[in-house]
Amino acid sequence: MYAAPFSYYRAASVQEAAKLLQELGEEARVIAGGQSLIPLMKMRMARPTALIDINFIPGLSDVQTPKGELRFGALVRHADLEHSAAGATLPILHDCAAGIADVQVRNLGTIGGSLAEADPSGDWGTALLALDTAVICSGPSGQRTVPLENFITDAYTTVLAHDEIVTEVRVKVPSKNSGGAHLAFKRSAPVYPTASASVQLTLGDQNMCKDARVVLGCVGLKAIRAKEAEGVLRGKPLDEKNIWAAVDAARAAADPQSDMRGSADYKRVLVGALVHRAIEIAARRARGESMEAGHEYAGR
Amino acid sequence: MSMPDARKILVRVHVNGDAREAEVEPRTLLVEFLREHLNLTGTHVGCDTTYCGACTVLLNGRTVKSCTLFAPMADGGEITTVEGLAKGGKLHPIQEAFAECHGLQCGYCTPGLLLSTLQLLKKYPKPSEPQIRKGIAGNTCRCTGYQNIFRSIRMAAAEMEKR
Repeated sequence: MYAAPFSYYRAASVQEAAKLLQELGEEARVIAGGQSLIPLMKMRMARPTALIDINFIPGLSDVQTPKGELRFGALVRHADLEHSAAGATLPILHDCAAGIADVQVRNLGTIGGSLAEADPSGDWGTALLALDTAVICSGPSGQRTVPLENFITDAYTTVLAHDEIVTEVRVKVPSKNSGGAHLAFKRSAPVYPTASASVQLTLGDQNMCKDARVVLGCVGLKAIRAKEAEGVLRGKPLDEKNIWAAVDAARAAADPQSDMRGSADYKRVLVGALVHRAIEIAARRARGESMEAGHEYAGR
Repeated sequence: MSMPDARKILVRVHVNGDAREAEVEPRTLLVEFLREHLNLTGTHVGCDTTYCGACTVLLNGRTVKSCTLFAPMADGGEITTVEGLAKGGKLHPIQEAFAECHGLQCGYCTPGLLLSTLQLLKKYPKPSEPQIRKGIAGNTCRCTGYQNIFRSIRMAAAEMEKR
């Protein structure tokens, strides 16, 4: 399949890329890993007249770890994080990075690109919402910091101005007694999940849940913070009764659509099951237990 | 809307150690670049939708689906295709293992699986069963049911460790 014809520009710096976006107008797009954009272009669902390739810009592939933070440059691939020390320190990030599609796609796809694409089924928009995440958007007149909560506004829609580029994603490292998990169910490895759930819990003494984030993926036009579910858990003991109440609240917060991946009813049940499991894994990790989690699919 | 300027651009790569180049339209996919412009038809086009992995090649040491990469994005890169596995007329141990264990029937998916196996064994010289399954999850085989592919990979790992 051929994409519609386009002109190709290779940016040498972020400034040059932003300038090109300005000059080339609304029909120009930035390309990083291309693992969402290229399939869309081949199906002619996207028809940019110009592509600005940022893959050759130096310095965007770094993972920096200033105190209390992780910073991912725009060209950090899913696989870079999967195999990095940073991924090991925050298991929820490893769950997400190591489970997206397959090895080949993870070798090219980027975290920044995934957020900028804002696919409702994308994993990063869900997992990173369970943490304090900020998106650095750079344009011709400098850069601004947008909390992820405000960055994605709708399906495939962000607050990025046409001449802005995501240049960095910053994640605040949660406190020591905090643990998280990102779980997803997909029909096979290379496809988008049918549903996903990210949970980050901060535990206190005597099994008290001090803070909770519960995020649902693939069951709305963007990732959904299940704030009622969080409220059910926060400030109470993390016992079976409260966990099930949170699962019920999460199911109620889901707004799935029936499609080839499953009916809306099925997805609502599925996302509840994922939330339940994610809470248990997040709690065990918060207590210092090391355990594997991530994407489930047939043949795994 | 004005017509985009889709002039051909020069793409230079090293494929299996050889410097190769061609002038192509920017929308040329890497797999078409290899097959149609460099006449390296060992890399197959399967689903053409980023699913099946028949088009898998190594780009700068990492597997990629060459149907999901525009050729100019690979400019300056080192590419390994199935044609680069055998050396001096002798099959690569991975190829020998796939032949020995019947890790293929029709062979369409095999070029991609060989390269995914190469990357897997570079990372995990003695892969566990889950590591093997995860390592080739991006490669679809419609013939074998995968059991003989798992055997081939285990055999290749054992053989490569001896050398």
